[in-house]
Amino acid sequence: MDSMTLNKPVQAAVTQPVKMSARDVKVFYGAKRALHGVNVDLYQNEVLAMIGPSGCGKSTFLRTLNRMNDTIDICRVEGKILLDGQDIYDPRLDVVQLRARVGMVFQKPNPFPKSIYENVIYGPKLHGLATRKDEFDAIVETSLKRAGLWNEVKDRLHEPGTGLSGGQQQRLCIARAVAVSPEVILMDEPCSALDPIATAHIEELIDELRESFTIAIVTHNMQQAARVSQRTAFFHLGDLVEVGDTEEIFTNPRDERTQGYITGRYG
Amino acid sequence: MSVTLTVAVLLFLSLAGFWLGRNRAVAVAGGRIANLHSVPTYYGTYMALWAGLPALVLILAWMALRGTVMDWMVLSAMSPEQLEAWARVMLAPAELEALLPTIADGASALTQTHRQLLLINIGNLAAGQALYVNPGVIDAITPAAGHLSQLRGLADWTLFGAVMALAGGTLAFTWSKIGPEFRARNNVERIVTALLVLCSTIAVLTTVGIVLSLLFESIRFFTKVPVTEFLFGLQWSPQTAIRADQVGSSGAFGAVPLFTGTLLIATIAMIVAAPVGLMSAIYLSEYAPKRVRGLVKPILEILAGVPTVVYGFFAILTVAPFIRDLGAFFGIPISSQSALAAGVVMGVMIVPFVSSLADDVINAVPQSLRDGSYGLGATKSETIRQVVMPAALPGIVGAMLLAVSRAIGETMIVVMAAGLQASLTLNPLASVTTVTVQIKSILVGDQEFDSAKTLSVFALGLVLFLVTLALNVIALRIVQKYREKYD
Amino acid sequence: MTEIAEPMQTAAPVSLHTGNAATKRLKARYAAERRFRLYGILAIVFACSMLVILLSTLLKEGTSAFFQTEVKLAVTIDAGTIDPQGTGNPAEWDRGAFQTLVSDALYKEFPEVTGRLEKRDVRGLISPVAGVRLGQMLDKDPSLVGQTIEVWLPASDGINQIVKGGIDRDLPELQRPINDQQLAWFDSLEQRGDVRSAFNTTFFTASDSNYPELAGLLGAAVGTLLTMLVTLAISLPIGVAAAVYLEEFAPKNRFTEIIEVNINNLAAVPSIVFGLLGLAVFLNFFGMPRSAPLVGGLVLGLLVLPTIIIASRAALKAVPPSIREAALGMGASKLQAVMHHVLPLAMPGIMTGTIIGMAHAVGETAPLLMIGMNAFVTSAPDSLLASSSVLPVQIFIWADKPERGFVELTSAAILVLLAFLILMNGAAIWLRKKFERRW
Repeated sequence: MDSMTLNKPVQAAVTQPVKMSARDVKVFYGAKRALHGVNVDLYQNEVLAMIGPSGCGKSTFLRTLNRMNDTIDICRVEGKILLDGQDIYDPRLDVVQLRARVGMVFQKPNPFPKSIYENVIYGPKLHGLATRKDEFDAIVETSLKRAGLWNEVKDRLHEPGTGLSGGQQQRLCIARAVAVSPEVILMDEPCSALDPIATAHIEELIDELRESFTIAIVTHNMQQAARVSQRTAFFHLGDLVEVGDTEEIFTNPRDERTQGYITGRYG
Repeated sequence: MSVTLTVAVLLFLSLAGFWLGRNRAVAVAGGRIANLHSVPTYYGTYMALWAGLPALVLILAWMALRGTVMDWMVLSAMSPEQLEAWARVMLAPAELEALLPTIADGASALTQTHRQLLLINIGNLAAGQALYVNPGVIDAITPAAGHLSQLRGLADWTLFGAVMALAGGTLAFTWSKIGPEFRARNNVERIVTALLVLCSTIAVLTTVGIVLSLLFESIRFFTKVPVTEFLFGLQWSPQTAIRADQVGSSGAFGAVPLFTGTLLIATIAMIVAAPVGLMSAIYLSEYAPKRVRGLVKPILEILAGVPTVVYGFFAILTVAPFIRDLGAFFGIPISSQSALAAGVVMGVMIVPFVSSLADDVINAVPQSLRDGSYGLGATKSETIRQVVMPAALPGIVGAMLLAVSRAIGETMIVVMAAGLQASLTLNPLASVTTVTVQIKSILVGDQEFDSAKTLSVFALGLVLFLVTLALNVIALRIVQKYREKYD
Repeated sequence: MTEIAEPMQTAAPVSLHTGNAATKRLKARYAAERRFRLYGILAIVFACSMLVILLSTLLKEGTSAFFQTEVKLAVTIDAGTIDPQGTGNPAEWDRGAFQTLVSDALYKEFPEVTGRLEKRDVRGLISPVAGVRLGQMLDKDPSLVGQTIEVWLPASDGINQIVKGGIDRDLPELQRPINDQQLAWFDSLEQRGDVRSAFNTTFFTASDSNYPELAGLLGAAVGTLLTMLVTLAISLPIGVAAAVYLEEFAPKNRFTEIIEVNINNLAAVPSIVFGLLGLAVFLNFFGMPRSAPLVGGLVLGLLVLPTIIIASRAALKAVPPSIREAALGMGASKLQAVMHHVLPLAMPGIMTGTIIGMAHAVGETAPLLMIGMNAFVTSAPDSLLASSSVLPVQIFIWADKPERGFVELTSAAILVLLAFLILMNGAAIWLRKKFERRW
């Protein structure tokens, strides 16, 4: 149990229940191992930031949390990931249902080539969350409001989503994810393609969303991690080096690799 | 002196030019190659190109015009008496009567058809094949045949002389230009570049050739049959009578039944090809395991490579009888040349075309869109139907338009499996005819060159060309726009 | 370290997405998923089974054409019959008389036959053109004149088809070309061991004929070969030169843009329109001969030109710019860089495209019909200007003929054509594999 003690997840000060937990998760691409056994817990209504140099496996780990890696043929996952105590890699668990509960926002804004309205109701329609027009209208309004986009687009809901600016597109994608009423939202470097103003907008948004959702966010940007998250996990070369309260990680890292990264010696 | 021999001698001269040029360059350099502007080979190439190319152009031009010029010379040398003697044997009484008053004008009095017949007679006789000539006219045309043989010999020798003079002249001229300062390489490269430009304009010339030839003959047709009748007329029976006094001599040239027939068969083909091609492309690119894809793709490629004449045979041998028997089983009479059989087989032919185009289009849809949909908990088919397909729609539309254009222009399947009778119907179980079938059936076999019937073919060809061109231009534009969107 | 241990297995709270309604809905969604997938599989199965049906039909119909039923007859070569003038010169022989010799030999086999109608029926056992085969034998060995020789001669089309099963011998008498009496005679021949099934060499050594037992592919194959030579000679140099210019030299301006658009559109012009072009320009304007491989080759050359240009441009584009820069850096002119370095590297790609274009041309039929290459040619063409046919046109002609024997010949000819095409495409794939380069 050596690796486990090394990766010892630190119980945070928060007293929220555990929403998701990873136990000795290993990911292989063909014969190559990309993750060497990750243990981490994700608490309800917290924002967990994952940082680390490129290729450290943080995005790979994020994608295992709602089984997006299934779409890659050569990818294989070992270990256990529990959502409310249920193993999400259990063959009896349905991947479609899982992704409805664990939504995802991607690095590059990827609105569908449809209207803003259609983009938002895409998920609810699939999962049968509403049937009547007024129900859909309500979902669109609340979702866009929560994504802070409502005021900007309420007069042009039926124009294509691809016509929005980059930051607006990303907020549309967040609204799209929120509309499904997931329990967890995964965000894969959601601001990397955006300018600073749009980034600030989204960071604010993430903080607000924390009240209703559990959020895991991968970011390249350490300041961002410091600003939006309660806890931070540092990945390096496929290992989860350490995880703990964000403040502590940034002020008093226990591992020298973390120290090296956050002080900018490499990364 | 045959043309082949002339070309051979020219080739030899050109090679000699290469050798001369190279040696000359070495000589003027005084043995020090470094004094030369270019390496000696370029001097040789320079002379070889100049010796060969102008003379080659001369030969081609002469070959292109030789027949027409000689025919004209032979005919204009014939006396009215000879012509009359020939016409009395070969022409029908009514035609003869029409000809006689103007025969003093010589060969120009003959109609084009008759002129061609006469030329064929003369040509056969000159070639020593009196066997194929009506014995009654041999005396009348023997002088003309002799004239033709004489002209041929003379023309070949003239050509030989002209080619030798031209090649010799250019050799002498280029020889005199060679000196150490002469920029042989630049000159050669200029010539080669000009040749490259010429080659790339051949494609344009082909299009121009197509447009002009179709247009000229169509205009001749439209002087006989009004455009409006052709485009909007409801009856097509191009049989013109042999004699002017026969019933129904004028024929009917309303092409609407051909257009509807073409569209009917193309529609049936698309009803088969669009879903099958699209679904197989979707399955192959989104679902199929690698092994299945590796197996099915070559099969589709084989289907795409099967010549259309084979599909035509397949239609008459297997599909048409099958459909007819099926109809008989349910008590429905189905023509053995039904539009359905031709359309279905054409659809099978187009399936690989649609599927390979659709495959390209589907693969161009970015993975991020699929991920976005999966991330929201969509199943694969929901993602394909609601995200990938709408995103790929312009490309798919373009692919379908290209396929329609293919179906409209396809000839052999319909020639073999569809009918000849132009009927104005949209019943897929009936026999219809198409534009391409009519073009083929009118042109194959005996033709009279200036009859409305033969000329109508070019009008049909023009319509076919314009419609497929329009479809292609639109489709390529749509596809290109689509590509740019996701690049 | 309690938090490391398995988290407590609390019962999952029933949420929006795990409730009964959601589960039920999920079932329906997965059913839709399976249906959609099934449509895809059905589409593939449809396409593949069409190919299987096509090929198996052709194989079933066509393989029998490679065999021919022959009957052994003792033919007396009577000098007086075949050489009425007594010159002894084979050129002066009465060619029609050979068939008489064959008929006489048949009557001898069945001495009981005397009536005129019965005699006609007996003759119906043997090909009406078997005499031609006999004549060819005697041409080779004139010393046989005057002797009685045992020869294997082709059976008539009707007999041939009955032996091969193309026509069911149990059909009512009126529905088959061979009547009961003829069947009985034939069976007696068979019992005497005078019937055999031999490899149909005629199919590969003869040209077109009105009689299926005498028809062969040689003329059409030679026609195809000559036509393809012209096509290759036209389209390869012009296509490569055009591609080199457009890819390497052409400035980006209106003129080259027109050329490019034009080439793309030309590639999709219906092939029959190229036939009309050939008819109007090559035949009517330039007065070239009808049915000639030269004209056919010219038309097909223009037809495949866009394909070759497009493939060559792709091959040139795949050569990395570093190669050009290296050559230019050494002081080579642009033309030298292209000719010495870029073009040789692009050659495998160009050849692959050319072979695929040629395979397309080999199967092309419609434009050749327009320029009269459906001539009835009984001997192989000997020049580019001779009347000629080509394989696909031969298939078209035979497909139109009513005799049962031509059905199997058509299928066999298609098999030969497909074999050609598979060979060509195989060569293209092999080339692509062999020279495939990753930069």
